[in-house]
Amino acid sequence: MTASVSTRAGTSAGAPPPTHAAVLASLSEVSDPEIPAISIVDLGIVHRAEVGQDGAIRVDLLPTFVGCPAIEVIRSAVSDRLEAFGRPVEVSVSFEVPWTSDRISPQGRERLRGSGFAPPAEIDAVRCPYCDSSRVAIDSIFGPTLCRSLFYCRDCRQPFEAFKPI
Amino acid sequence: MTTTRSALAAGIDPAAEAALDGLLLSMADDEFVIGFSDSEWTGIAPILEEDVAMSSLAQDELGHARALYELLSELRGDGRTADAIAYDREPADYRHARLLDHGRGDWAMTIARRYLYDTADGARLEGVAASSFAPLRELVDKIRREERYHVMHATTWLERLARREGQPRDRLLAALVELAPDAATVFTPLEGEAALVEAGIMAEPMAALEARWRATITPIFVGLDLPMPPAGNLATGRTTHGEPFRWLWGEFTSVRRSDPEAIW
Repeated sequence: MTASVSTRAGTSAGAPPPTHAAVLASLSEVSDPEIPAISIVDLGIVHRAEVGQDGAIRVDLLPTFVGCPAIEVIRSAVSDRLEAFGRPVEVSVSFEVPWTSDRISPQGRERLRGSGFAPPAEIDAVRCPYCDSSRVAIDSIFGPTLCRSLFYCRDCRQPFEAFKPI
Repeated sequence: MTTTRSALAAGIDPAAEAALDGLLLSMADDEFVIGFSDSEWTGIAPILEEDVAMSSLAQDELGHARALYELLSELRGDGRTADAIAYDREPADYRHARLLDHGRGDWAMTIARRYLYDTADGARLEGVAASSFAPLRELVDKIRREERYHVMHATTWLERLARREGQPRDRLLAALVELAPDAATVFTPLEGEAALVEAGIMAEPMAALEARWRATITPIFVGLDLPMPPAGNLATGRTTHGEPFRWLWGEFTSVRRSDPEAIW
């Protein structure tokens, strides 16, 4: 299903179409405003990024949660970023495959940990992102955003947020 | 009724199309109404964690409602947006289950309603998880992963209230008694339901899904010594809405009615 599409015409149709790698590199510079530590590529929400025969750039994004309020902001940021190639840009939000927390890249998981978020794991396998202790307790399965839960580390006595496995 | 069918409707057996419209509308209205009801706890829940939880649940449900209304808008192809479907109807035209029509009530009422709804919604989602209508199947695959957390939350609280004698258990029992006649209204048979099953859009009729739901919740209710919801008269389970819904409708349409042309 294509939930919604935003299309923008290129500003200079004469520009040569970018390579797929150039598009991906460009997307790697966009992040989710609720999780600025990692790019949308590492977060795994880029489902498809294609440069068509016609030189148009088409990107499909997967929301982490159906009701994620950040997805429109991300879509707009992606459109802005890709417009720099001077070709028509079409960015869609799709449910064609479900975003799951397994889509976060190994590098993304490391970066999450580095900024104080425990990467997704089942509740009894969550470890403290600060001291790596497994002596942690869940405080609430619901946190400040839809995709995060609240935990407390009994060793370093630090509250922290963990990504929900989904 | 338009004579041209939307691109999305083109692949559907015409006999099933009207019933699919009814299915999507009932699912979307359920999620919209319970989502808005839950948002009433924002700022006043009994503890901070529950304030966050109810707000998250509300945000999830409103997100599901929006995606379902968007799908319905695309299916109808008549130019009416998801927002127009969500907000520009009279109270009598909403098709949510009457289970969601009892007003916010106290915390026990909220938990009882959430538990009954989340488990019933789970049975219904299972009934369309392998739907032949791909956009619904894809969306439901995503939604079910989120609803798992809702069921965990509601079950934890149901057990907590049921096991504590005195006010917690008494209030929970009172809520279950009030909700009992409407408890199964999520399974109100849809018009043209047989065509949906025939087309593979739904796996089974609502009555079969209700039986699955009862089988799922019976061990929990027995274990906690709570009265099982009786079989209700479901004929009008989605078509008659009382005064508490009129009030809620006034709340959730107030901004829209103040300036219907506003762009967000």
